[in-house]
Amino acid sequence: MNNMYVYILIMWGVTYLIRSLPLTLFKKQIDNEFIRSFLYYVPYVTLAVMTFPAILDATRSPISGAAALIVGIIVAWISEDLFKSAVSCCLIVLVLETFLF
Amino acid sequence: MERGYRLQDNKDILYQGIKDGIPIGLGYLAVSFSLGIAARNAGLSTFQAFLCSLLCNASAGEYAGFTVIAASASYIECALVTLVTNARYMLMSCAMSQRVDPKMPFKHRLVMAFYIVDEIFGIMISRPGFLNPYYMYGAILMAAPSWAIGTALGAIAGSILPPQLVSAFSVALYGMFIAVFIPPAKKNKVIAALVVISFFLSYCATLIPGISSWSDGTRTIVLTVTLSALAAVLFPRREVKDHE
Repeated sequence: MNNMYVYILIMWGVTYLIRSLPLTLFKKQIDNEFIRSFLYYVPYVTLAVMTFPAILDATRSPISGAAALIVGIIVAWISEDLFKSAVSCCLIVLVLETFLF
Repeated sequence: MERGYRLQDNKDILYQGIKDGIPIGLGYLAVSFSLGIAARNAGLSTFQAFLCSLLCNASAGEYAGFTVIAASASYIECALVTLVTNARYMLMSCAMSQRVDPKMPFKHRLVMAFYIVDEIFGIMISRPGFLNPYYMYGAILMAAPSWAIGTALGAIAGSILPPQLVSAFSVALYGMFIAVFIPPAKKNKVIAALVVISFFLSYCATLIPGISSWSDGTRTIVLTVTLSALAAVLFPRREVKDHE
């Protein structure tokens, strides 16, 4: 029988090492153009990949997930505001799932 | 010594981080709530679920870990699954290391590393200039407690929230992701194209036999590395200075 606290300790240790090694080891600016460009694009690609199609499964109906995606894109495009985008996504899902499903 | 990296110099930035951390905290409540249910099913007590979320701060990584625990698998498997599902944080950590002020005291790197998660990385990186650790700490003050408490609540209560509220809370996170990549996509055609291609390939990856059986974490890593590397080769950024 494995100990639950050992599992938790392993998960914590591995997760922290992954997060801390690059941030603590890379003290200098990287000059290599490829690496700099690569790292510049990484966050946008990661977040886009994680948003779609996962947003369709996050809600009870894929329709409300799709609606949230469209509303989120429109609001983010116009307002460029994190809070407004997040709240409008929530509201459209709440409205759709309360009144339509 | 080290002016510019003391709390009294950065109170306003801390408050800005707290403000921007509020929607993240709200979104986390719903997500960590469902994570708590998974933790309970895997055999964790409420306290253990709380502790795990407080220490790990990882949605996919924790969830994958719980499935390993539920199967009573080996410690090595637990470590490997945690490594794979969290590997994208290594990329984020690399990206952040390039935006750190060389004058920033080292201890901040150790603390910041503790909370490199998708949403906080997103709001950190979308700010211009050097990363300010106090902005991050403000956001963490809102996000970390609600992540841990939400997990504990989920482990205790199962499903007390009405389902449409859970649904609504869940998309808050995606609303935040969208607000990170849409504004730069508006100004930069390469990023706009990357977003569309990422959506398309990420969708395809859930359908293609073989690839669709990979974990979400693995698919995210493979697509991110491939697409970002291609974009870096085809559209290298010429500017020597960053801060964009």
